[in-house]
Amino acid sequence: MVLELARPRPIWQIMFSTHHTDVGLLYLVFSLLAMFVGGAMAIALRVELFAPGAQLIQDAMTYNRLFTAHGTTMIFLFLLPSAAAVGNYLVPIMVRYKDMAYPKLNAIAFWMIPPAAALVWLGMADFGWYANPPYSVISAPAPAAEMWIFGLKVLGVSSILSSINFVVTILKCKHPDLSLGKVPLLAWSFLTSSIIVLAAMPTFAAALLMLLTDRLGVSGFFNPAVGGDPIAYQHLFWFTFHPEVYVLVIPAIGMMYEIIPRFSRRPIFSHSSGVAAFIILALVSFASWAHHMFATGMSFTEKTVFMVGTLAAVPASAMHVFNFLATMWNGRIKFATPMMFAVGGIALFFAAGAGGVVNTAMPLDFITHDSYWVVGHFHLFVFGTIAFGTIGFVYYLFPYITGRMYNEKWGVVHFILAFVGACITFFTQHILGLFGMPRRIYDYPEIDAWISMNQLVSVGAMIILVGMVIFLGNMIYSMAKGKPANLEDPFGLGGKYYYPFAQRNPQHGEGGY
Amino acid sequence: MAHSNWAEWIYLGVVTALLIYVGAEAWNVERIIDHAPADAEIIIVTGQQWFWTFEHEDGTKEVGELHLKKDHAYKFEVTSIDVNHDFNIPEFVVLMDAIPGRINTVWFSPNEAGEFEIQCREYCGLIHYNMRAKLYVEDV
Ligand code: HEM
Ligand SMILES: [Cu+2]
Ligand SMILES: [Cu+2]
Repeated sequence: MVLELARPRPIWQIMFSTHHTDVGLLYLVFSLLAMFVGGAMAIALRVELFAPGAQLIQDAMTYNRLFTAHGTTMIFLFLLPSAAAVGNYLVPIMVRYKDMAYPKLNAIAFWMIPPAAALVWLGMADFGWYANPPYSVISAPAPAAEMWIFGLKVLGVSSILSSINFVVTILKCKHPDLSLGKVPLLAWSFLTSSIIVLAAMPTFAAALLMLLTDRLGVSGFFNPAVGGDPIAYQHLFWFTFHPEVYVLVIPAIGMMYEIIPRFSRRPIFSHSSGVAAFIILALVSFASWAHHMFATGMSFTEKTVFMVGTLAAVPASAMHVFNFLATMWNGRIKFATPMMFAVGGIALFFAAGAGGVVNTAMPLDFITHDSYWVVGHFHLFVFGTIAFGTIGFVYYLFPYITGRMYNEKWGVVHFILAFVGACITFFTQHILGLFGMPRRIYDYPEIDAWISMNQLVSVGAMIILVGMVIFLGNMIYSMAKGKPANLEDPFGLGGKYYYPFAQRNPQHGEGGY
Repeated sequence: MAHSNWAEWIYLGVVTALLIYVGAEAWNVERIIDHAPADAEIIIVTGQQWFWTFEHEDGTKEVGELHLKKDHAYKFEVTSIDVNHDFNIPEFVVLMDAIPGRINTVWFSPNEAGEFEIQCREYCGLIHYNMRAKLYVEDV
C-alpha cells in the first residue's frame, strides 16, 4: 500500500492523482474531518439539552439548523465517504486489478463531495435530514434550503458514480482466475451496497428536483395548497433511504468480515452464508420503506405489508451475526483495537436490530415513532455499528497507510470510552422515548425524568467526545512518531491470511510501494 | 465445505419463529385497535404553527386545551392547515400525523382522570419544541 509518510510526496500530487489508494486517502481524510465537524455539532446539541432553558444555543432556529447539518454531515459526508475510502483501498486489491475500473471517474466522484459539503455547511438548512414537505416547500428559509437541495443532488450523483465504478471493477475487472463466489466478503459488501445505490438513489434525485421546483412555485407536487400530496414525498424519500441505511451498514459488516477472521486467526465460518446474507439484504431492503410512515394515516393492510417486509430483513442480518460468532468460536482471538471495535459493533448491531423489530411491530411504533427511542435506535446503527466498524478499520489500515503503528494502549482506551459512552447515550435515549420525549426539540418542559435522562445522555456524549479526542491525538502523534510497523504482519497474527498489500502506486517512483 | 451448517439452520429457525410470533401478535393487536367504537364522539383536531385547536361535536372550540370525560370513547379527526404536525398524547399512546389536505383518525378512551400533556411529535419549524396543549380528563 501507500507509505505516504515514509515516502513523502507533495500534497498536490495526491490531490490530482487518480490512483485508487490516493483517492482512498482523500476520501479517508475528508470523511474523518467531516466526522469531527459533525461531532462538534452533536456536542453543541447535547450541551443545549443538558437542562431545560437556553444553555449554549440562544435560539431554536440555530438548534434546528445544527441538527439538520449534523445528520446530513454524518450520513453523507462521514459514513458514505469513509466506506468509499475503504472500498478504494481494498476492492481493487481484493479482485486483483491494478486500479478501479474508471480511475478518472473515481477522482471526479470524490471531488464532487467537498463543494457539496460547502453548500450544506454554508447554507445550514433547518428542515432535518429528510426535508419533509410542506415545511420544506412553504416554510423553510432560503437560500439555505436551496443550497441543501443542490448539495444533496451533487452527493447523490457522486455516490452513483462511485457505485458504478465499484460494480464494474468487481464484475468486469476481477482476475480471471478469481471466481465471483471466491471474491472476499469485503468486496462482496461493496458489490451489493453499490447495486442498492444504483437502484435506490434515482428516486431521491427525482424527489429533490420536484422539491426544488415546488419551492420555486412552478410546480406543486408536494404542496397541498395547490393540490399536491406531501405524503408522496415521504414515499419517494424512504424508497431511497430505507435501502440506503443498508448501503451504510453493509460495507461496515464487510469491514468486520475482514477484521474478525483475521484477529480470530481462523477463516470465516461460512463464506457462502455471508454472500447469501448480503444478497438477501440487498433485495429485501426494498420491501420495507413505509415502516417510517405508519403514523401518516396508512391503512391496516399497508401497515401489515410493510411490517412483514421489515421483519423479512432480520434473518439475513442475524446470519451475519451468527457468522461472526461462529468464526470467533474456538478462535485464537487477539483483542487488538480493530477487533475490539468490530466485536463491540456486533453487540450494538444486535441491540439495534432488536429495537428495530419493536419499531416495526405496528402498535408499538405508535409509542416509539418520532420520539427519542428512534434517535437511540438509529444511532445504535450509525454510530454503534457503522462508525465502530469504520473506526476499527481505520486502526487496521493505519500501519499500511502510514508505515507506523498507532499506540495500542490509547486505542483500547478509545474503544472503552466509545463503547461505554455509546451504551449510556443511546440506550438512555430509548428509555427517554418511552417517557414520551419527542425528537428534534430545542427545549423541553421541566419533567424530572426527562431532565435526569437528558443529563445522562449528555454525559455519555461527553465520554464519546473524550474518546474521539484521544483517537485524533493517537493518529496525529503516531503518524509522526509511532513505532515503524512490520508490514508483513503489523498486528503479530502469524501473517498467514494476508493479502499482498504491496500494491504498487506508480506515483511513488521506482522501487516504491 | 468442511463444516456443517446445522447450527446455523437451527439458529435461523429460532430467529424466524420469534419474528413470526412478534409479527402475528402485532397484527392481532393492531387489528383490534384499528377500528373506533361506533359510539365514539368525534373531535376535530387541527394543528397549525404552533398550536392545537379542538372542535367538539356540538361545535364548541378549544385552543391549547382539551376537556374530555373519563371512560368515554373519542375519535380524533386529525388535520393541519399549514405543515405536517403530529398529534400526540404520550400518556395514552395516542399518536397521529396531522397532514394538510388529509384527515387521519385515531381513537382512545381515557381510563384515568387528571391532567395530561398534548404535544407535537413531528418537526414543524421554529416553535415545534413548544407546540404543547393540556388534556383534562374529568371524572363524571
Ligand atoms: C433489523 C433491521 C432494522 C429494523 C427492523 C428497523 C426498523 C426501523 C423502523 C420501523 C423505523 C421507524 C421508526 C419510526 O420512525 O417510528 C426505523 C427508523 C430508522 N432506522 Fe431502522 N431498522 C433496521 C435497521 C436499520 C439500519 C441498518 C439503519 C442504519 C444504518 C437504520 C436507520 C434508521 C433510521 C435513520 C431511522 C429513522 C429515520 C428518521 O425518522 O429520521 N435502521 N427503523
Ligand atoms: Cu427504514
Ligand atoms: Cu411540531
